[in-house]
Amino acid sequence: METLFSVLVGILFAGSIYLLLSRKLVRILLGIAILGNAVNLLIFTAGRLTRDVPPIIPLKSYLPVEATANPLPQALVLTAIVISFSFLAFFLVLGYRAYQELGTDDLLDMRVAEPKEHSEPPLGY
Amino acid sequence: MPLFGVEATFWALLGPFVAAALSPFLAKTLKHNAAWLLAVIPALAFLQFLSIVPGIAEGQTFKASLEWVPTFNVNFSIYLDGLSVLFALLISGIGTLITLYAGGYLKGHENLGQFLSYLFLFMGAMLGVVVADNVITLFVYWELTSITSFLLIGFDHLRRASRRSAVQALVVTGGGGLALMAGLILAGYQGGSFELSELLNSGDVLRESPYYTAIFILVVLGAFTKSAQFPFHFWLPNAMEAPTPVSAYLHSATMVKAGVYLLMRMHPVLGDTELWMTVLPIFGGITLLVGTILGIRQTDLKLVLAYTTVASLGLLVMLTGTSDPVAIQGAVIYLFAHSLFKGSLFMVVGTVDHESGTRDLNRVGGLFSLMPITGTAAVLSALSMAGLPPLVGFVAKEVLYDGTWHAVNGGLWTGFAVLGNAMMFALAATVAIKPFFGAKVKTPKVAHEGTVLLVAGSITLAVLGLAAGAFIASVGHQLLSPMTSAILGTPFDEELHLFPTYLSPALYLSLATIALGIIIFMYMDKLRVIVADALRTIGWGPDKGFDQVLEVIIRFATALTQTVQTGSMVTYMRATFTVIALVLFVPMILTGNWPKLQGIGSFYAYEWFIAAIAVIGVYAVLTARYRVTAIVLLGIQGFAVALIYLLFGAPDLAFTQFMVETLSVVILALVMTRLNLKPTDARSSRGKVFDISLSVLCGAGISMLLMSIIQLPFDPTLSEFFTQYSRTIAHGRNIVNVILVDFRGFDTIGEISVVMVTGLAVLALIRVRPKSNGNSNSEKNR
Amino acid sequence: MNTLIFRTVAPYLSALMMLFSVFVLLRGHNEPGGGFIGGLIAVSAFAIYGIACGVSAVRRAMKFHPMSIAASGLLLAVVSVLPSLFFSQPAMTSQWLALPFLGTVIDLSTPLFFDIGVYLVVVGAISSIALSLEERAD
Repeated sequence: METLFSVLVGILFAGSIYLLLSRKLVRILLGIAILGNAVNLLIFTAGRLTRDVPPIIPLKSYLPVEATANPLPQALVLTAIVISFSFLAFFLVLGYRAYQELGTDDLLDMRVAEPKEHSEPPLGY
Repeated sequence: MPLFGVEATFWALLGPFVAAALSPFLAKTLKHNAAWLLAVIPALAFLQFLSIVPGIAEGQTFKASLEWVPTFNVNFSIYLDGLSVLFALLISGIGTLITLYAGGYLKGHENLGQFLSYLFLFMGAMLGVVVADNVITLFVYWELTSITSFLLIGFDHLRRASRRSAVQALVVTGGGGLALMAGLILAGYQGGSFELSELLNSGDVLRESPYYTAIFILVVLGAFTKSAQFPFHFWLPNAMEAPTPVSAYLHSATMVKAGVYLLMRMHPVLGDTELWMTVLPIFGGITLLVGTILGIRQTDLKLVLAYTTVASLGLLVMLTGTSDPVAIQGAVIYLFAHSLFKGSLFMVVGTVDHESGTRDLNRVGGLFSLMPITGTAAVLSALSMAGLPPLVGFVAKEVLYDGTWHAVNGGLWTGFAVLGNAMMFALAATVAIKPFFGAKVKTPKVAHEGTVLLVAGSITLAVLGLAAGAFIASVGHQLLSPMTSAILGTPFDEELHLFPTYLSPALYLSLATIALGIIIFMYMDKLRVIVADALRTIGWGPDKGFDQVLEVIIRFATALTQTVQTGSMVTYMRATFTVIALVLFVPMILTGNWPKLQGIGSFYAYEWFIAAIAVIGVYAVLTARYRVTAIVLLGIQGFAVALIYLLFGAPDLAFTQFMVETLSVVILALVMTRLNLKPTDARSSRGKVFDISLSVLCGAGISMLLMSIIQLPFDPTLSEFFTQYSRTIAHGRNIVNVILVDFRGFDTIGEISVVMVTGLAVLALIRVRPKSNGNSNSEKNR
Repeated sequence: MNTLIFRTVAPYLSALMMLFSVFVLLRGHNEPGGGFIGGLIAVSAFAIYGIACGVSAVRRAMKFHPMSIAASGLLLAVVSVLPSLFFSQPAMTSQWLALPFLGTVIDLSTPLFFDIGVYLVVVGAISSIALSLEERAD
């Protein structure tokens, strides 16, 4: 059952990596968004899949009465979703501000930190 | 017995650091008078060490230890014997006087508090070096002295020369420190203990160890860089950029002797071998001659003293290197005498500079009548430096000649010593006679005697030099012989006399030294020109070499960086994912562990449907023509993933994913609609083909990795633990939530902190915006 | 989008969503739900309100600066680590207190407060991001 999902995860990864390799900020952001989903699904699948039964203990019992889904990857993924979302927001704003300051969304033109013309090394004290 | 017990030494070690914390506040309220109050702390430390002296003189040693990192044999332990106590006395005693002097010298300086703070930090570090028992503790303190020395040399950091000297001192001494650490750790493993006090007993083991040469070279590198031995001597004269109290304290009386201390400390372990008795005296002797010759060249009084300090350090290393008991006794007396007279002379020069406005040899003269106390201190100290009776310097010279004369290869070392001492005699005469006697010269400022704070230190040290000469027998018994015993590792106690009791070779050598010294002094001005011309002809020295080495390193680093970091983000990303693809595939190819192809199992139609939606969603994003379309399409695969969570027993995840996808689309739309962007993908078709193959390769690799993981047997230990105890212990039925808020709550704290930080970062990015063309401005101001 | 109907309905919708978010938060320990989900629902409520009535209205409705809410949430979460220390247990051991209230029993516990802290952090931080982005749109 997990094999299908392995393929799906691979497709999500391939798509997001293709976007990340782009020169355009917008496409990279989209790539980051998809990458988050791909990683989450990877963790979720690696913890094995169980249909329908959530890891919740019935009211009258102290232990689950039937086999439930694996709670551990769910706990990991839950926080990962929220964190990847807040990071997406951060990257979004970062990209937006970079666009405002530099007037371009092309990575090849964003050269403030590493300018094109090679400068003399800092030899002074 | 110690005044407050050996354990009180820990307080003496802590004291300077407390003073360092207090200094800025006291200096703010009390100005320069804070020095009086602060000097109490080193004075108390001095008393504590003094109280240990009688016990040491009887041959006792003291140890105390606090656990630090016991797993790695690192203890905060101290070891007090003759060697460490004399050093500690010099550091705390001279430290007390220097504190006062600094108060007078930097009177009215706005950063006096900061200066005193650095000075106390150094004092604490230096005390730590000499009393540390554990080699790691020793190393930590050792590096701390390098760092504080850096801060003090660069105190006047607005001047380029200061910055250069500070960096130079740090690079040389810090680099040597690293060698020292390697050497000490190697010695610790070979000797079977990281405590010096125990290591001292395993000298024979170490000397026969195959690593002896390595240990020797590493330790000696540490010592030579710190004690400014040729060819590392160049940083010390440059360090004279520091305010004079620093020169007097760090760069003559204490820190530069740390290297000598180390050699003396390691003598019972590493000494008395052919290597030791060849390398040390040769380098020490060369340093002695180079230091004095370069000293003759100088006209700046402070630089004259700096070069004679280099020479004296060379002499000390040479004497330690002979491994001859008498020569080492000579080194001990000379070290003691040198700390007194050189500390005093530096303070004298500083006072002259402070009061007359210059310290150039040719612009001062006849100051004695104007500055009688300073003049007296200068004369007394210079007599000691010249090695004339009845000062302690004379005794030192007698004993060291006696030692070298009888040592192995004694003739050569004696020759070095006589030549060096003669030049030192001439330089001492220059320093004392030129500024204070002869015709009065008009100085930039009208000179007068310095304040109490300024003169107290120099005259005290000068008088101590006289007193030590007068009471040399008891000083020798109480302080000097115990130190010699510690260096030799065997008891040594020979009575010292101020005046020679018989006509020894040493006396003739002394007379020869004086005669030669007088001749050199008479031809000083001519010699200076000759040396200057010679140096100009050579035109290159280690000082210049340092700059060249640094330049080569920086140019190499820049060239390498520019080759590796092309500045193209696309290249970086491609490189990163190429590596990822390699990491995924290479192990599978090498081991042949490909995942087995299994049937994909039975699926319901709707599950196929959802998976298909996710794939279509991704494909649609990839091919979308307009960015708004792409953003809306992004939601599709997100919701598909959420449905997967819902179908496979994760309602919590599904809800969270739904909310997040909605919010993502909203904020992406908020921002993107306001950007005037061309949606076209600007890649060339060749680039596209490469990127597509790379991403497909990575995707396939991850698929196969995941399949391999799934084909491994599943280890449910953790999940079963959480399931079992969720209700019984944590009283919660939703196991996922119980894991988040109870079992793994600390992780969750970390995660919400991350969310919090991104919130702050976004706020900062949006709020803080530079004023128009602020970028170029901040660029210029750097 | 900014129609009269939307503007009229939005406040009620937001209020209901807020109520729902608290419900989801509180039942989280036993049923699907919890601080993360509840917080995100609350943020959506603010977002809807903001799209309909403007950012300043949302800021007024929130009373405090969103980051202050987030910070107090973080503080609450950290503080709820401590009570177990008073009973000589390792930090974070959950403490439970059953309070009878109007004929039923309410379980108060440190994980509950921890979860409320999570809720507040998510609400504060993410609504701060969303609001500052919307603000730029005005």
